[in-house]
Amino acid sequence: MSRDATTRRERRLGPSMLHGMRRLGGGGAELIPQGRMSGPMPWVIAIMVALTAIALAAGLSIGNAVSAAKAEIEGGVTIQIIEPREDTRDRQTRDVAKAVQQLPGVSGLRIVPREELDSLIEPWLGSGIAEATGSAIPVPALIDVRLATGATPQRVETIRAAARKVTQAARVDAQSSWLRPVFEAMVSLQILAIALVALLTLALAAAVLLAARSALGANRDVIEIVHLLGGTDKQVARVFQRSIGFDAAGGGAVGLALAMVVIVLLARRFEGLGAGLVDNGALGWTDWLLLALVPILATLLAMITARFTVLHALRKML
Amino acid sequence: MTAEGEIIHFDNVGLRYGTEREVLSDLTFTLYAGRFYFLTGASGAGKTSLLKLLYLAQRPSRGAVRMFGNDAITLSRASLPALRRRIGVVFQDFRLVPHLSAFDNVALPLRVAGHGEKDIAGPVRDILEWVGLSERIDAVPATLSGGEQQRIAIARAVIGRPAVLVADEPTGNVDPEMALKLLRLFEMLNRQGTTVVVATHDLDLLRKVPDSLIMRLERGRLADPTGALRHPPVRRT
Repeated sequence: MSRDATTRRERRLGPSMLHGMRRLGGGGAELIPQGRMSGPMPWVIAIMVALTAIALAAGLSIGNAVSAAKAEIEGGVTIQIIEPREDTRDRQTRDVAKAVQQLPGVSGLRIVPREELDSLIEPWLGSGIAEATGSAIPVPALIDVRLATGATPQRVETIRAAARKVTQAARVDAQSSWLRPVFEAMVSLQILAIALVALLTLALAAAVLLAARSALGANRDVIEIVHLLGGTDKQVARVFQRSIGFDAAGGGAVGLALAMVVIVLLARRFEGLGAGLVDNGALGWTDWLLLALVPILATLLAMITARFTVLHALRKML
Repeated sequence: MTAEGEIIHFDNVGLRYGTEREVLSDLTFTLYAGRFYFLTGASGAGKTSLLKLLYLAQRPSRGAVRMFGNDAITLSRASLPALRRRIGVVFQDFRLVPHLSAFDNVALPLRVAGHGEKDIAGPVRDILEWVGLSERIDAVPATLSGGEQQRIAIARAVIGRPAVLVADEPTGNVDPEMALKLLRLFEMLNRQGTTVVVATHDLDLLRKVPDSLIMRLERGRLADPTGALRHPPVRRT
């Protein structure tokens, strides 16, 4: 490029930007030929960032689902009245409801209507059983109790004692105990997602470390010249740090875009399931913000790794 | 204790690479500010090794080295760059950065020293004009002749106005006319106060700088024909 062309470029870019591009350690990117530093690096970072963002989204989504479900059922207790005779069952249900409602710590109580119970068992037994058989199946009556605080074993025992005073046909269960295995499985998945994020972070650091070492080897002569001209380790490290930073930023942006596409597509698929637990797993704005931070943190991690790798390697040179 | 005008002092210095025998032994000499030194000797005598010690590319295996009042042996790595910036080097193989233009190669020491672009462009253009290469300012080393690369290397070595200029066989790759021209450049720098150390095996060159002092290496040991290296310099006649 002629000096005239450089001057034209300077006018176009603005002197300060060109100044930054050219300086060693600032524009030191020119000191290390870009072709040697780039190559597959941005794509490796793109894949890492995409996988990290997807794993993080999965972890956050599972976390949201668990939290929402827990909040919903943590204070919930279900009382079943297992009595085959309908009139006795209805009377016992009303009496138990009355007795339990007076207990301290009970914030709400609802007798589940017959139609709702039918709709609950409909997926397994079908509809119109009463019409077809001449008698309805004796389905236990359900009382949904809400406690002001969590359903501790002591509270459940108090409710059980009050219900049993009315009828021995009452069976009392904390709602959270039914879903404990599901929660445990979901928490395991969440831990798996966090572990994946950690492993991908390590893999990214390792990839950058190898790339930095390889670039150092390829540019050893230039680095030696810079040293002999009075260049410091920090100046040389800054050149690599900046170059890998550019690669990481570009790769990170591509990776995040890929991850967003995958997350949105998966979210639509899960929406189609219409399952309560899954619906609660929708990502909030803070979650999206965290996902947007992934490429930024990946870029910072890549730059820090490159810096320390280069500084460590340079210490072995005079 | 530093003698007046002393900039570099070697005391009983030896250098060996790995477990090989010493390539330099028992070197004791002092370089004084503003002097012009020739370092001579047959091929393999250790000229390049001695220059490497002078421009701090190597640390000696034994002995003491004092540079600009600092103990160069115990000096920390972090302190080396500042010392190196006071020494300009013309390498035998030029060692230009292959993908940088002549302008950027010459500007490198100034950028390393942290000068801003506005302080760099003028001096770099001036020095390239001084070495007669203002027309090749944007050329990369591969497109330059040996002599042109040599002059770029010299321009790069002197742009930071070093206290000492060390040149390893600077006339080895150029024709006699260019060799003389380069020598005049070194003399001009020397007159401006720079201590010049030129390694050469060209004995004709020595006669062309009458005020120079000669250091002769023989199998890694220093012969001091004028005695000037052990005592304050006396001008040759």
